[in-house]
Amino acid sequence: MAVDLARWQFAIVTVFHFFFVPMTIGLAFLVAVMQTLALVRKDETWDRLSRFFGRIFLISLAVGVVSGIVLEFEFGLNWSAFSIFVGNIFGAPLAIEGLLAFFLESTFIGLWIFGRERLSPRLHLATIWLVSIGTVLSAFFILAANAWMQHPVGYTVEGGQAVLTNFWAVLGNSTLWASFVHTVAAALATGGALTLGIAIWRARRAPDDGEREAYRRAAALACAVLLVTVVVTAVSGDLQARLMDVQQPMKMAAAEALYNTQNGASFSLLTIGNLSGQPVFQIRVPHLLSLIADMSWNGQVVGINHMQAAEVAKYGAGNYAPILWMTYWSFRAMVGAGILMIGVSAWGVWLWWRKRLAASRWFRRAAVAGIVLPIIANASGWIFTEAGRQPWIVYGLMQTAKGVSTVGAGDVALTTAVFVAVYTILAVLAVVLVLRAARHPFDEIGEPPADADPLPAPGLVY
Amino acid sequence: MATYTGLSALWFSLIGLLWAGYFFLEGFDFGVGMVSPLVSRDDTDRRLCMNAVGPVWDGNEVWLLVAGGATFAAFPLWYGLLFQGAYLALFLVLIALIARGVSFEFRGKFDDPRWRRVWDVANFAGSLVAALIWGVAFTNFVHGLPLSKAGYTGGLIGLLNPLALVGGLAALAVFAFHGSVFLSLKTSGGLMQRAQRVARMAGGTAVVLLTATVAWVAASGRPWQSLAGALPGAIPLALGVLAVVVLAIATLLVIRGRDGLAFAGTGAAILLALGAVFASMYPAVIPASNGASLALTVGAAASHPYTLEVMTVVAAIFTPFVLLYQGWTYWVFRRRLQRPGAVAAPATGASGG
Ligand code: HDD
Ligand code: HEM
Ligand code: HEM
Repeated sequence: MAVDLARWQFAIVTVFHFFFVPMTIGLAFLVAVMQTLALVRKDETWDRLSRFFGRIFLISLAVGVVSGIVLEFEFGLNWSAFSIFVGNIFGAPLAIEGLLAFFLESTFIGLWIFGRERLSPRLHLATIWLVSIGTVLSAFFILAANAWMQHPVGYTVEGGQAVLTNFWAVLGNSTLWASFVHTVAAALATGGALTLGIAIWRARRAPDDGEREAYRRAAALACAVLLVTVVVTAVSGDLQARLMDVQQPMKMAAAEALYNTQNGASFSLLTIGNLSGQPVFQIRVPHLLSLIADMSWNGQVVGINHMQAAEVAKYGAGNYAPILWMTYWSFRAMVGAGILMIGVSAWGVWLWWRKRLAASRWFRRAAVAGIVLPIIANASGWIFTEAGRQPWIVYGLMQTAKGVSTVGAGDVALTTAVFVAVYTILAVLAVVLVLRAARHPFDEIGEPPADADPLPAPGLVY
Repeated sequence: MATYTGLSALWFSLIGLLWAGYFFLEGFDFGVGMVSPLVSRDDTDRRLCMNAVGPVWDGNEVWLLVAGGATFAAFPLWYGLLFQGAYLALFLVLIALIARGVSFEFRGKFDDPRWRRVWDVANFAGSLVAALIWGVAFTNFVHGLPLSKAGYTGGLIGLLNPLALVGGLAALAVFAFHGSVFLSLKTSGGLMQRAQRVARMAGGTAVVLLTATVAWVAASGRPWQSLAGALPGAIPLALGVLAVVVLAIATLLVIRGRDGLAFAGTGAAILLALGAVFASMYPAVIPASNGASLALTVGAAASHPYTLEVMTVVAAIFTPFVLLYQGWTYWVFRRRLQRPGAVAAPATGASGG
């Protein structure tokens, strides 16, 4: 009971955090690029654009920060047996993340917001780049901790605790690097899709040619970033799938709901009915799963039944298969969204080539609707990664049910309910504020950086 | 083994320092949030209060995150057992920090008095609740908690004993004092004068409450004193008394109008008080009030030496940079905030927008 509640709570608070994290990482980068273009080309338009998108960035950042603080303590609150077991290894990247990444982000974001008038333009530009570097560093270290749970390396188990034996192995974990590239590319794609959608939408409503041209430029930049990063995301995702085939074969089989081992396995695009092996209706692409898993036409993909037997032999009786509908559908949602994103951005780049980027009504609709695609893909990617690892909390070493705190179910239910309430309010406010910021008049030059500021005094921002 | 003990003692002290840094820095953020309703006459004053800590509050909060992460890495048992034990208390702190954190970013986003009011209340209440619970928690740590093999299981009610409540109120008063002195340094005109007035009252109150807490804790004894490595009780007591004395001097300095020195005083008092807490706890990380042997000790909770070595190297390399750029931020924003001229403020209090 308490385990299930704790899992719900963890899933809710992390997925919520991760709605905002990719936007923050992506927008920090794009705003930094815009501000660089402004300075290097001495171009006011880019300066105004960087302020416009900076406002949206700050909303995402604020919610990302407060929800992150919860996560830092969530392990101790609800997963204390897990924390005690892994602390030797898992704690170090977390502490290092704080020291290297969070200090950098949080200090320089203050300087960026308040420092426009106090710092030289170059120094002010440096502050947003440092923020952007901070977000990427933070992703690296937290993923180091997560990758270790997926694929433990550089440790021995002593006296009921996992003990670190090689820190470099933890930082060099193949799972970490694949996941880092995939996650950061996905985050940049998220920023790209958001910027593209808003810019295209604004370009149409712009009152004059100058403003229309400005938003068209932002859209072109975002579209190019989106195309490149989403392709990197797909390629690195494929790499992850191949690692997974070796490191967590059960997850690979679960992604497909593949019960029996097959050579030249086909990939099912869609299944109607149930996933128990006798579907009502299915669309399958021959050989694709084998291709994804090990890059060969007739490669063998191990099935769930086989893995179950193998894990029982290794770890004793129990059910070692994750919840199949979850892994099956979340994997499809992610990959499907990714393919659509490639489509939208390729279309956009092609239109841009023909100098018609903001002119096509259908593209405009696709770009605005496309904002939700990376949001869906990010959430389902994590749900797949984490749910597919179940029943393990640390793969092969500790089961989730053993990792939980001794806190009573009532307390966990209470805190979960309050988190849901608070986060719902925050989510609504964030959406309202982002929509409002997207409608904000294009900044006038010489206007103070603060938003619709009734009291334009130096340093008064809030 | 000697180096191992040395390393774990080092990390115990470093975690103490991180907490001390956290309370020094976020202490004045909390204080500003708490006294803002007392010193503000209008919306502009409240904005000035928020902007006084605006550029730095997030960086200050990261001290807490690093203290948490360092505890996780260096003393997994401490992290695991403490936070599941103090479950609801920590949860309340987290909710308070969320309310406070978003209040900074959201307040200015709508030009509507009711909207701003909501975030003013969130900032005030968040600061107050977080400060109070931290005070309660740390008083419980110096006094010791009733422990069993599973750690502390007394729930939130068990933490809210009379002594801890006095300690919590003392924390409120100390932070209010620290924050109002900070405000009087960062503002000008009427706001500055009101901040000074509040500082004098808060200073007096803080001295009384901190004295009471120190005396009460000293009178209640430390069962874990018999553990090997424990410091003689005189050391934490001396630090605690020194904190009170410095706080009293800071109060006098505020009365004399020496705000800069007074701020050094309130800051030093906070550092000394945290020094007293950690000196009193050692070698326990979770001291037991019900028998020395039940305490969770540094030795039992510590990670293996290799983890501690890695952490020591990383900390030694990167901490200086953090201190440098955080210090630089305070230098960049060293100027006092000025109230904008009356002519430049046509839209004050206008609704809608
Ligand atoms: C791939 C990236 C990524 C992932 C998987 C996570 N985070 Fe995160 N986190 C960030 C990327 C990030 C960020 C981009 O760096 C944030 C978002 C908003 C921000 O300011 O920084 C952040 C903020 C943030 C903060 C606030 C920092 C501050 O005050 O400046 C904390 C304490 C955490 N996170 C902790 C966690 C924990 C314990 C996680 C594990 C469950 C986690 N994050 C997952
Ligand atoms: C921010 C991105 C993340 C998201 C969206 C996410 C999502 C999830 C979800 C949905 C679960 C529940 C799985 C289930 O119970 O079926 C889960 C479990 C878990 N995740 Fe993640 N996760 C994220 C990052 C991380 C990271 C970086 C870590 C570690 C550093 C981590 C540690 C855990 C742990 C300890 C559990 C165990 C609880 C459980 O099994 O339910 N997660 N996560
Ligand atoms: C288009 C082809 C894609 C493929 C083949 C792919 C593949 C994968 C695989 C195999 C994993 C699981 C890794 C593991 O559990 O070890 C994963 C995770 C993930 N995916 Fe994708 N993905 C694709 C697209 C996307 C897109 C477009 C996004 C978001 C914009 C995305 C976001 C994520 C995230 C956030 C995770 C969890 C973090 C991680 O484990 O790295 N993916 N992906």
